[in-house]
Amino acid sequence: MTNWSEKLRAALVIARRDFVAVIWSKTFIFFLIGPLFPVLVGGMAGNIGDKVQQSADRPSIGLAMGSDEVDRLLRARDDLDGRLAGPIPAIAVLKRLEAGEAFNARAALASSEQQVTAVLSGTLDAPVLSGPPERLRQWSGLVSNLAATARSGKALAYPEITMDEVAGTVAKVRSGQAATAQGGQVILFLLTMLLAGMVLSNLVEEKGNKIIEVLAAAIPMDAMFMGKLFAMLGVSLVGIAVWGAAGAALVMLGGQGMPALATPAVGWPLFLMLGFLYFAMAYLLLGSLFLTVGGMASTVREVQTLSMPVSMFQLMVFFFSSYALTAAGTWVEWVSWIFPVSSPYAMLARAAQYPELWPHVLALAWQVLWVVLIVRAGAQLFRRSVMKSGPSQGKGVFARCLRRGVAKPN
Amino acid sequence: MKIELGEWPVSGNGAEAANVELAIEARGLVKRFDGFTAVDGVDIAVPKGAIYGILGPNGAGKTTTLRMLLGIIDPDAGYRRVLGCERPTEVARRIGYLPEERGLYPAMKAYEAIAFLAALRGVPLKEGRRLGREMLEEHGLGYAADRQIRQMSKGMAQQVQLLGTLVHQPDLVVFDEPFSGLDALNQGKLERMIRALAARGTTVIFSTHVIAHAERLCDQVAIIAGGKVPFAGPVDVARDRLRPQVRLETRVTDGPWRAALPADARHEGAFWYFTLPETGIEPLLRALIEGNAGILSLSIERAGLHDAFVAIAGEAAAKALEEGPLGENGGDTP
Repeated sequence: MTNWSEKLRAALVIARRDFVAVIWSKTFIFFLIGPLFPVLVGGMAGNIGDKVQQSADRPSIGLAMGSDEVDRLLRARDDLDGRLAGPIPAIAVLKRLEAGEAFNARAALASSEQQVTAVLSGTLDAPVLSGPPERLRQWSGLVSNLAATARSGKALAYPEITMDEVAGTVAKVRSGQAATAQGGQVILFLLTMLLAGMVLSNLVEEKGNKIIEVLAAAIPMDAMFMGKLFAMLGVSLVGIAVWGAAGAALVMLGGQGMPALATPAVGWPLFLMLGFLYFAMAYLLLGSLFLTVGGMASTVREVQTLSMPVSMFQLMVFFFSSYALTAAGTWVEWVSWIFPVSSPYAMLARAAQYPELWPHVLALAWQVLWVVLIVRAGAQLFRRSVMKSGPSQGKGVFARCLRRGVAKPN
Repeated sequence: MKIELGEWPVSGNGAEAANVELAIEARGLVKRFDGFTAVDGVDIAVPKGAIYGILGPNGAGKTTTLRMLLGIIDPDAGYRRVLGCERPTEVARRIGYLPEERGLYPAMKAYEAIAFLAALRGVPLKEGRRLGREMLEEHGLGYAADRQIRQMSKGMAQQVQLLGTLVHQPDLVVFDEPFSGLDALNQGKLERMIRALAARGTTVIFSTHVIAHAERLCDQVAIIAGGKVPFAGPVDVARDRLRPQVRLETRVTDGPWRAALPADARHEGAFWYFTLPETGIEPLLRALIEGNAGILSLSIERAGLHDAFVAIAGEAAAKALEEGPLGENGGDTP
């Protein structure tokens, strides 16, 4: 059996070639600035959305009561402002009613002049709130509170509260760490989603250049697969370093602090280190699968056809890991730790929530084992299905499957 | 590294010597693809230092056989031993391989491409780069050492790949249809290179569908057709499967001497053609002289490899062999 050092040497020869070829290609610049586009588009869309929402949806309550009651309600609103859990909507005086004067709240809500979300009419003793059902549910308590304060006729004496800050309750720490876990999973997913798909088309170049047979004769096929994965992992790490540096620079230039996340259970340094290792594992696991699948394709068109199911698969793995986060202590959580492709996501989440380190050692060893198994199986499959025919055979395995034909080897 | 373009090596008859050291030994190799048997029980024994040809038409199983010998694919049945090892990939560093479909990374410079191929076979990159430049220089391509493969002509790129195949000084070189796509000049150059390799002790095995190349170059051949090898051994033994042909020219067209001619004798123009009788040439000569044939000329011609191929593999395989791949002229030029 070809020894491991020889395989590693061969893998590094391939990795070096692929890494240099990608880094020095003109398209690598586009690869680096690629993530900028969704960020820009997202930013622009968010900005526009905010403006649209601001102009379209400024909730307010129209007020139509007797003049004295209107004044008391406005005073009560000022008194209560800042003392309730949520913001108090603006109050627009629609009409100060004369004694015995009626007011048509429905007509006011239908009028394009008023543009209020709900109308408060009647008296302080018997207020009537008119408006859409969701607003009535939302504001009935608030209006009742306002009316009661206004009816008392005097400002309430609010006592001074002594603030005794406690850094974190158990509940707060747990929910914060869950948020950190989720954030870690999202970042891990986004990075693998961006990068793992690259390996799909990785073997098409070798097939197109017809160098695949030279490689297959010179080195073990699993070493070639490994080399390609190493190269793309290296490329992705360069990308992450560039994007990370650019992101940090933007945050510093903007003068804003990093978003506050609860400290993970294993601490930030270890969490970041584990994040790096789990990214590498997630990348190698998905990459080895995609390399195998992509290796069966012989044209760019076939690779493009494969991209969609591959992206869907990645999404499913991510959703499963996210779901497992909400099912702590159940078999779902265990499955997400053990299932090889979801394991990196689930274990990163675990690092945010549980302080023990030994499960990570086990998980990393487990994931490495699966990378090796997938690479070996992929290499075998590649040898059997792709290297089986002579030079006259120009179609990929997928094309052959579709054609249902059997090519006679040379 | 300079490959000396020496004379045709004096080759030993590998099959005749029982204790000859073999570079490749394969017995009963079988390979099936999707129910189709591409190679069906192939036996091959390639002596060390020999030039060995696998001769057969397209689709005969040549490439599949070579791929099994190289370990690119595994046989479904049978046994193979390459350079003393049953797993060819373990001796990959000692093998050079030029597949029929040639190709290199287009963005690589010529010397880098050679260094890369050398690195695949275990040569340190720095050493490979040095050797790459050196070999290109020695083969008249020094001016193109820093040129990208995509900027080269197809012929130049093929030469670069050929040098990359030999850069690590392999003990065994495997060429799959090495002459296809080459012009006459480069075919001759390649033939000289193959002889030079053999002269310095390298075993060379190549597949071809052109009989002339096998006949000119090979010490031994395996004739392959329909996935089977009906003959494997020295070229002379293949030719000796057919009895030599006699060509006779006489002054008189008829006479008692005619009775001495064998039954299969045919008259074409001024000549008679027939198979040399089992009894040899001397009794025939005596009868011709005594019968007053007036012999003007008489020659005994050994059967060519083509005739041997027809006799061994059959007319259909020979016809397929002559047709060759589409768009190729057969490459019968030296």
